[in-house]
Amino acid sequence: MSETMNTDEAGVLAPARGAFDQDWRKLVNWGLICALALIFVSLTDMPDKLDKRVIVEPLLSMGYLSLIWIPVALGNFVTREVVLEGMTQHKKGLRELVAGVSVGAIGGAGLALLIWLLDTRDLSDPLVNWNDALLEVLSFGEGVGYGAIFWILASAGLGLAGGAFHLLSAIANRLLLAIALTIVLTASLESALDDISEGFQLEWLFEALFEKKGGLSVQGAIILAVFAIAWVLVLGGQAKRGRAAVTARRELSPTKVNTVGLVLIAVAAVVLPMFLGRLTNDLFTNVGLFLLLALGLNIVVGLAGILDLGYVAFFAVGGYTAAIMTSPSSPGLSPELPWWVAIFVVVFMAIVAGLFIGAPVIRMRGDYLAIVTLGFGEIIRLTVRSDWASGFTGGAQGILSIPGADIVGVATVKGTDPQQVLYLVIGFVAIAIYVSWRLENSRIGRAWMAVREDESVAEAMGINTVNSKLQAFVVGAILASFSGAIFAAKVGSVFESSFKILVSIVILVIVIVGGMGRIAGVAAGALVLVGILGGPNQPGLLAEFSEFKLLIYGALLIWMMLKRPEGLIPNVRRSRELHQDEFLQDAWLKAQANDDDDEAASGEVAPA
Amino acid sequence: MTTAMRSKARPRTGVDWFLTFLRVLLTGLVLFGLLAFLWQQIDPDNPLASAINPDANRLSWDAFQGLVISGLSQGAMYGLIALGYSMVYGVLGFINFAHGEVFMVGAMTGMITSNKLFEAGVWEDNFLLAILIAVLVSVICSTVTAVVTERIAYRPLRGSPRLIPLITSIGVSFFIQNTSAVLLGPGAKSYPRLPDWLRDDIGIGPFDIEGKKLLVLVVAGVSMGALWYLVERTKTGKAMRAVAEDKEIASLMGIDVDRTIVTTFAVGGAMAGVAGILWGILFGSVTEFTGFLPGIKAFSAAVVGGIGNLGGAMAGGLTLGSSESLAPQLVLEPLGVTGHTQLKDAVAFLVLIFVLLVKPTGLFGERLSAEDRA
Amino acid sequence: MSERLLDIQNLSVTFGGLNALSDLDFHVDAGEIVSVIGPNGAGKTTFFNMISGMVTPTSGDIVFKGESLLGLDPNQVTARGIARTFQNVRLFANMTILENVMVSQHCRTKQGIMGALFQTGGFKREEQEIREHGEKVLGFFGSRLVGFRLNQPASVLSYANRRRLEIARAMATKPEVILLDEPVAGMNPKESEELTGLIGKLRDEWGFTIVMIEHDMGVVRDVSDRVVVLDHGETIAQGSYDEVSSDPAVIEAYLGRPAEEAS
Ligand SMILES: Nc1ncnc2c1ncn2[C@@H]1O[C@H](COP(=O)(O)OP(=O)(O)O)[C@@H](O)[C@H]1O
Ligand SMILES: [Mg+2]
Repeated sequence: MSETMNTDEAGVLAPARGAFDQDWRKLVNWGLICALALIFVSLTDMPDKLDKRVIVEPLLSMGYLSLIWIPVALGNFVTREVVLEGMTQHKKGLRELVAGVSVGAIGGAGLALLIWLLDTRDLSDPLVNWNDALLEVLSFGEGVGYGAIFWILASAGLGLAGGAFHLLSAIANRLLLAIALTIVLTASLESALDDISEGFQLEWLFEALFEKKGGLSVQGAIILAVFAIAWVLVLGGQAKRGRAAVTARRELSPTKVNTVGLVLIAVAAVVLPMFLGRLTNDLFTNVGLFLLLALGLNIVVGLAGILDLGYVAFFAVGGYTAAIMTSPSSPGLSPELPWWVAIFVVVFMAIVAGLFIGAPVIRMRGDYLAIVTLGFGEIIRLTVRSDWASGFTGGAQGILSIPGADIVGVATVKGTDPQQVLYLVIGFVAIAIYVSWRLENSRIGRAWMAVREDESVAEAMGINTVNSKLQAFVVGAILASFSGAIFAAKVGSVFESSFKILVSIVILVIVIVGGMGRIAGVAAGALVLVGILGGPNQPGLLAEFSEFKLLIYGALLIWMMLKRPEGLIPNVRRSRELHQDEFLQDAWLKAQANDDDDEAASGEVAPA
Repeated sequence: MTTAMRSKARPRTGVDWFLTFLRVLLTGLVLFGLLAFLWQQIDPDNPLASAINPDANRLSWDAFQGLVISGLSQGAMYGLIALGYSMVYGVLGFINFAHGEVFMVGAMTGMITSNKLFEAGVWEDNFLLAILIAVLVSVICSTVTAVVTERIAYRPLRGSPRLIPLITSIGVSFFIQNTSAVLLGPGAKSYPRLPDWLRDDIGIGPFDIEGKKLLVLVVAGVSMGALWYLVERTKTGKAMRAVAEDKEIASLMGIDVDRTIVTTFAVGGAMAGVAGILWGILFGSVTEFTGFLPGIKAFSAAVVGGIGNLGGAMAGGLTLGSSESLAPQLVLEPLGVTGHTQLKDAVAFLVLIFVLLVKPTGLFGERLSAEDRA
Repeated sequence: MSERLLDIQNLSVTFGGLNALSDLDFHVDAGEIVSVIGPNGAGKTTFFNMISGMVTPTSGDIVFKGESLLGLDPNQVTARGIARTFQNVRLFANMTILENVMVSQHCRTKQGIMGALFQTGGFKREEQEIREHGEKVLGFFGSRLVGFRLNQPASVLSYANRRRLEIARAMATKPEVILLDEPVAGMNPKESEELTGLIGKLRDEWGFTIVMIEHDMGVVRDVSDRVVVLDHGETIAQGSYDEVSSDPAVIEAYLGRPAEEAS
């Protein structure tokens, strides 16, 4: 029965419909959406500003990529057919291609209109990017007519390609996707790879892939494509089987973890920083700081279901406490404690702050709680900045000359040495992961999940929800304060401007994109978002994106909530619902065969 | 609330004690501050006042009424924005975090229009016509923004737990904010200079009100009146109230629920658009962040007045606006807080927390649908 | 049968003018199975909500083992030994089946954060006990909820199995009294007959006292020692099944209507 789970093969296959038997209204609508999206992206100036960031020299830059994915995605989307089990599914054919072409062509026409307007009108007053540079990029410097016709044809072609994906076999689709992702990802990682290859003396490999002036060479792209194909064909199958085995093992004893994977990660965490250069170490440090924050918020939001929008307050408490305790130049109180002693004060302050903020809000409705915690976050930041508190916090001047982190007299981590800071961060991330993992699989963690699932039922099942939520709040606060303390030691100074609401939101995006409640997912979210796009004040690998990253964060958040609430790494539990494991069926269905139970045959997915 | 309160013999926990302590502390501080203020008014050199705050001095009548007027005009604006939060919460039961951004769109488009009109000379020749056009454009743009976000971001999530659309709306808020920054460029943008009669003081009774503040109060009052008429006296309003009470029953009664919800967003958006223009007139400039803090404060105003309660939203706005403007001088300064005006924004949030601690259903009582009351 | 385990004294509640329950007066002795019946909206679930502390009565008292339950939070009521199920099955859908029964032992266990972090002996022992008790409780329903099911999310279960898991979850809290809100609603005759047998076993083998809301008169007849009939919040009859089922007021209010009228 398991084959019916695969949506691709589900349903009865009917002959293809006529190529022009289309829902034209829908196509025009989606075509207009495509046009709007293309115009919007153009007016944000992504094509121009990201043009310098080359993916494959001289074929493709991030700038053009920001445009061309749109017709492909929409062309693909509009021709998708939702097939439910048992329903007729039409054979794919010319019809999909026609639909894709139409959507793409309408979109391209929109862009052509924009090019013409750019040439003839001046709207630069409100629209700051309305300038010749944009026109130049869009028309390839070949004049309006060339640009307009190019984009209509190109966009139609791209829409066609989007529709054509349905005609290809599943494996071909996977191959194309793998090639595209490998190339774009590798190109995004260019500067990091440069750095890493130096550490491992692999410059020759780097030079084989990349051009000197930036971007992959054509030859490099071909190498990557071959690599991607090999990966999918050879390793892909194996990896999938391996993963299935891991999931299956986890089904039977969920607390057992993949020890091999864990050891590999641990070794990498110890060895890698030695081979990395300044830039990459610094980058990973930023990722780690945000990962630490995200792991804490993951306990609060992901496990306990408390939407804390003022989470940055605890980051600030950690940062300022560490600064006041260690810096010789902190006004008012200045005990100049060693960092590792200050950490105890930091934890204490985090607990106090967690209880102080948590207690008044914990009985509130979930959505009121969100706004009130946000308010607390602002109150703390405004107070820290004010003249009133400046006797302790330095007000707008902040606290300077924070010495590095002194670890029990054994070593001193200098903020200026990214490698040492990275080790410190890795240490604390390891602690946070351990804490999350142990708590999740304990009485406390189960109570949090119950509260998240249904608070009043949790209460009726004997859980003191107030205490339970306060615990989550405080544990989250402590993890955030660690991040703050390391941040202070790393930067060497603290200012209130590092602790704006924006930080809370970015952490929330990481947790949500990573798939609420999943440690590995949160780690992936932090790597991709902070590492590649950049944090609120920290540049990522794609430094050219700094202007757009918040826009992208917002769009990602909306997208995630609408389409894939389970995040990048799908929640194992939820996907288990959809894809029953053969392993389990073999082991158990036979044993259950004589049981008359209605759903023993599995595959049934009841609505939650 | 109709449900019997669960309070009787309940053993008090640490959290309860702490909350009681907070309530008493906050009330005590406010009262003590006010007392100190009064004393300082009577005798600036009295020993207590000087002990609390050595720099204490009397607040003049002029300064006081200035604070009241700016507090009220600012509060009227919060009230107009709060209506949108309140209506959406009443109908759909979630906080539309992006509503502050709808207001910002109003202020932004108002800025663009009025500058264009200024270039064309209309602004100076016929100010009333110009401002009318600007209001119209702002209202249209804000309404469209509100309706489009409803269609794209909220409608697909109808019926999911209330935190889901809230998180989505945070994303929407972020997106609109940064769209403005990227398309129109970041930073502050100015409105053209107002005509003199709006900058001069107008005497009304004991008050001297700056023209633009009077204008803000009048426009807010008129908009509020129009909204009241719409909600209480028209068929559309009746449908809105029915949907707010119970969507299922409303749809059984033949009310088009989707359309009514769109109308709710549209009306809320229009109010935010008006508030946007008023913001421009009052402060003369707008940035992409203009919607953020005022948005959250307006939501606080809606809660303070009792969510779902439209009169309450306006009253809450006025309360919040005037506390924000008066409290630093009347409470914080007498308590010896230096740089008290820097804590203006903190006051707004403290008022929210205080109200939720003391009267969680708001000052004027909340009006929610049956399912959201729980 | 003498000890009054649960004593309901003149219990009333009004919701904004609606008398959801008025002057309910009855008691449950240890080891009894008592059924509460009545048409939809009679106030049966509201009655359970009051016992479990989710709704506060307007007047009257609920005395459990000589102590009033009034003013207690739901979790405190559960800790004193009264567990319940919900009419509209409310499982922790994204938690596994085993976790569902493990988490409901919360008030019977005490290891804290430190125990979990340092994996103390006490923690491991308690965790083991929680797990064993959970599996034991699930085993009560045969092979349906154990084996590979243990680590599946509750949301994959069939409707009947969800109802069974709800009962298991209530059992896991180690209560003295279990309140079952329409335990067989939505089950087919075969399943409901089987569950009726299990309810008897709950008392005979596990020693639970049971108060049950039920629409299916067959089930009520088969297991209940006594029956209470509510209508519009009023108690219209009390007594054995035979007494109650021949009471004209009951016949008019309840039995006269199609018994299938489930909610
Ligand atoms: N929290 C509440 N607020 C207002 N009315 C309620 C509430 N809970 C139940 N009611 C009303 O009380 C009456 C009894 O409901 P209930 O106890 O659920 O009936 P049933 O006997 O079918 O379980 C119904 O009319 C219901 O609408
Ligand atoms: Mg009921």
